[in-house]
Amino acid sequence: MREAQFTSPRPLTELARVIRSKNSGPFTLTLDIIFSSEHEYRAIKESGQITREMIAAAYRIEPETITNIVFFDPASAVKIVLPRTVASGSPGDRDVYGAQQHAPLLGLSFTLPHATSDSPQD
Amino acid sequence: MKQCTILSPTAILGYGFPEASFAAGMAMNPDLIAVDAGSTDPGPYYLGSGKSFTDRAGVKRDLRIMLAAGVPRGIPVVIGTAGGCGARPHLQWTREIIEEIAAEERLEFTMALIASDIPHEVVLQKLGAGRVLPLEHHAPLTAGTVGETPYIVGQIGVEPIQRALAAGVGVVLAGRAYDPAVFAALPIARGLDRGLALHLGKILECAAIAAAPGSGSDSVVGILHEDHFELVPLSDERVFTRESTAAHSLYEKSDPYHLPGPGGTLDLTACSFTETDGGRVEVRGTRYVPSDRPTIKIEGARRVGYRTISIAGIRDPIMITGLDATLSAVRARATMILERERLDGRVDIRVYGRDGVMGEWEPRRDTPAHEVGVVIDVVAETQDAANSICSLTRSTLLHYGYPGRISTAGNLAFPFSPSDLPAGPVFEFSLYHLMELNEAETESLFPYELVRVTSPTGDAS
Repeated sequence: MREAQFTSPRPLTELARVIRSKNSGPFTLTLDIIFSSEHEYRAIKESGQITREMIAAAYRIEPETITNIVFFDPASAVKIVLPRTVASGSPGDRDVYGAQQHAPLLGLSFTLPHATSDSPQD
Repeated sequence: MKQCTILSPTAILGYGFPEASFAAGMAMNPDLIAVDAGSTDPGPYYLGSGKSFTDRAGVKRDLRIMLAAGVPRGIPVVIGTAGGCGARPHLQWTREIIEEIAAEERLEFTMALIASDIPHEVVLQKLGAGRVLPLEHHAPLTAGTVGETPYIVGQIGVEPIQRALAAGVGVVLAGRAYDPAVFAALPIARGLDRGLALHLGKILECAAIAAAPGSGSDSVVGILHEDHFELVPLSDERVFTRESTAAHSLYEKSDPYHLPGPGGTLDLTACSFTETDGGRVEVRGTRYVPSDRPTIKIEGARRVGYRTISIAGIRDPIMITGLDATLSAVRARATMILERERLDGRVDIRVYGRDGVMGEWEPRRDTPAHEVGVVIDVVAETQDAANSICSLTRSTLLHYGYPGRISTAGNLAFPFSPSDLPAGPVFEFSLYHLMELNEAETESLFPYELVRVTSPTGDAS
């Protein structure tokens, strides 16, 4: 049943159980994607599809603006770190907790290699 | 075999917790009841103004349950980041609540108060010596900024709390503290591993947020053993899982493998997470790496002006289509008048339903809404100036004759009268830096003060 779907891009909203944003201190924003399946997480991580360029395009920013992208295997998760445009709560801020800056990630999709349709481990 | 059982009632003091969960935790005979009372999440206002972001009645309710359970049994109750931000007014606010509870519940105990305010001259001296370093994405500190910042607090580590506990107190009430410190101070003092204790503290400071389903208002227990720690859920509604526990080190962190704190960094690269019976998870392998040059994080906020806002809706599709041009024209006209009147201030107009949440990051630029919400946000040097600028901007927008206008009676739907709301002082985070401190300096900066808390009759029975 799933094999056919793996050949075409799958929306991130189907692959992840958590997609969120939050401050890490008043000057930094972090975006977390926690995948539902360790197997699919590893396949996407190894395929190299998650790049600064991809995230930057979603947020209409320059790739070098992104501070860091960290793959966190114990939680099958990817963390993206970027500076806030305005410090939390300073004049001009739009989101004091940084909790509603994740929406551009919801539109991403990923292609999984054929091999991943075999025997998911979890 | 040494071990230490720690009860964490709630993620932030005042958020509440089910009494059944707390009772289940008490039934495990904890060695410590600890709670983190603060966060910088709610923004700079609370630290700058000396006010709490948590509700007084909520804080009192939570503390009453904790003190009534802990004090008579001789279980220490440790509270960190009093009043939400941990500056002197916050510490005093929480102290008064504790004294009220003691009187009402007829509790008697000795309480240690640990203020974490750092005198301005200490920060200036460290700054002069090149010992204050900016954190990621923040500017270097200047002496002028220090002077404009009313309260400067340092995130204390475990040592000041350990010294207070060693004095044999029933309650420790600390100012700004590194979140895990209130949980880790006692077990580390008893000889348990610092890395595991701090990692456990990192999880316990959020109470059941690391469980599945997560909750910031349910109690959990952590049991620290010599070579691992266990997380124990206290409600049938949730369990700890390998994923929920591992994923927690992502939360609000920039690097989930390396978590910096006062004096050193937690290294999670070799951590393992194992599910056991009863919805528990065991964690092994956390390492503490001491820093060559120990630092503490210092925080402060300064006032940058006063705010007045006006909220309105727009439903006219012709106006919405040309809204950008209309807002620019309104701002230009208002600025011209304000310059003549020598009124200076910052005007932000956020358009909800379009890009009110994300601003320039918003990717959807081409889907006009049928209705938008507008917030006129003015920050100026005085409240009167903010009121005047907001009033002028609002009235100019209300009656502006944009191209193609056929609705000539008014452009804005105000939900409220008055339409303009003075919001008081506005602050910004002015200090969020690392300051180098050696052990002797830490000890002299953050001493404890002992207070005997008694009930009015002087009778504890």
